[in-house]
Amino acid sequence: MTEVSVAKEDVAATDELVVLKSVNKHFGALHVLQDIDLTIARGEVVVVIGPSGSGKSTLCRTINRLETVDSGTITIDGKPLPHEGRELARLRADVGMVFQSFNLFAHKTVLENVMLGQVKVRKADKKQAEENARALLDRVGVGTQADKYPAQLSGGQQQRVAIARALAMGPKVMLFDEPTSALDPEMINEVLEVMQQLAREGMTMIVVTHEMGFARSAANRVVFMADGRIVEQAAPDQFFSAPRSDRAKDFLSKILHH
Amino acid sequence: MARRRFERWRAPPSTYATHPEAREIVFDFLQGYDVLGAFWTTVQLTLLSAVGSLVWGTLLAAMRVSPVPLMRGFGTAYVNIVRNIPLTIIILFASLGLADIFGATMGASDFKVQGFRLAVLGLVGYTAAFVCEAIRSGINTVPLGQAEAARAIGLNFTQTLRLIVLPQAFRAVIGPLANVLIALTKNTTVAAAIGVAEAATLMKTMIENEAQTLAIGAVFALGFVVLTLPMGLLLGWVGKRLAVKR
Ligand SMILES: Nc1ncnc2c1ncn2[C@@H]1O[C@H](COP(=O)(O)OP(=O)(O)O)[C@@H](O)[C@H]1O
Ligand SMILES: [Mg+2]
Repeated sequence: MTEVSVAKEDVAATDELVVLKSVNKHFGALHVLQDIDLTIARGEVVVVIGPSGSGKSTLCRTINRLETVDSGTITIDGKPLPHEGRELARLRADVGMVFQSFNLFAHKTVLENVMLGQVKVRKADKKQAEENARALLDRVGVGTQADKYPAQLSGGQQQRVAIARALAMGPKVMLFDEPTSALDPEMINEVLEVMQQLAREGMTMIVVTHEMGFARSAANRVVFMADGRIVEQAAPDQFFSAPRSDRAKDFLSKILHH
Repeated sequence: MARRRFERWRAPPSTYATHPEAREIVFDFLQGYDVLGAFWTTVQLTLLSAVGSLVWGTLLAAMRVSPVPLMRGFGTAYVNIVRNIPLTIIILFASLGLADIFGATMGASDFKVQGFRLAVLGLVGYTAAFVCEAIRSGINTVPLGQAEAARAIGLNFTQTLRLIVLPQAFRAVIGPLANVLIALTKNTTVAAAIGVAEAATLMKTMIENEAQTLAIGAVFALGFVVLTLPMGLLLGWVGKRLAVKR
């Protein structure tokens, strides 16, 4: 019996990796997420865009349950997000998260940052974790910085280390919450290139960003949020050239002209 | 031969022989008292209480930031009660209140050991409240993003605290912890209240028996400075070296 149902879930899960159904979330009186329905397919790259305060960060944070939801369900690869405990920690490790402010562990070296989760959560062998970490650091182009501390790196380098740290867990999906908005302009591209590479390799990604170049070249879909709702979803070219909703038109005119 | 030369090297006694009055004035009051032994007890009280209060204080701090309301409540209540009671009363309570409980197991065999252990218990219980608050203020210096990133890679609450938050919090409060440790060293003198043979107990005895009260006081004051001054300097240096750069 159970085997059959598990098998069914797996089949259902093959193309739908992240599914949000009627998700609602309040901060006190503020209704930050209102009836969010969103399905992200395996290998899909979705860019989330919208005015400040529209709930984009909160959406990301509910997907790996850094924030709880008030109602609705979120499933990752067919499994509903559990409440606290061991099971939740394991599921979180399947969802990589990259923050606007990098959040590298300040008292650990770059290498240790990338090894820690593998050893403590995935229970990987230390030597293997180090090999894997070094390979990932090479891949994001900061292999030579392995023994430095985060504060010794530039913002762009730190963010690439943060991406390596998330990738080290072998996540099924990666969440990026405005990964380039804390960076000096000359460092934005080095981070976007790493993300583009990741998208080409087939990683499932949810990216909150206002970088339209990235959205056009790497995204399969743009999700436009305003006031806690998903107002419009479309392919990037269609969304940027011919937005349907007034909110999106208004928003795009603002970010294009400033 | 060698022995004679050694004796000559130890010349000072003959100096006293030629100036007996000098010896009397400067050193006589120390004779017959085990000052070093008393300070050794002070050092032992300090070290054991320091280790104990560091462990218990860290646990209290963990309780105060834990998501479990009962633990938070206990931590808060403990700190607010204990740090507002004079240490003398805590030590006396440990001695009078707990002696019966401990008396059954170890007290009868050696009264001195029992007094020493009760003093350590009282000092740990008291100092831990201050250690807890120092560490908690250290936890507040660690940006929220550190714990979020830790949770995001799948570390649970205990791992996040132990591997990410506390190591950074400790480094931020080595200075304040040094102050707690210095206060603890001086607070060990309160153990005199229950008759532990540490420095202050001996000083009291000596002042009662000898004339040079000022000199006795100076010797013991110097003894404490010798213990605490390097402590403060060393920890200040360590704190600067280990400071987390952001
Ligand atoms: N922890 C919180 N407590 C209270 N309000 C919050 C909290 N986090 C975010 N908010 C509020 O929720 C709204 C949505 O925030 P956020 O998801 O960060 O938006 P965005 O990322 O789109 O700018 C904002 O009005 C913000 O002030
Ligand atoms: Mg945001």
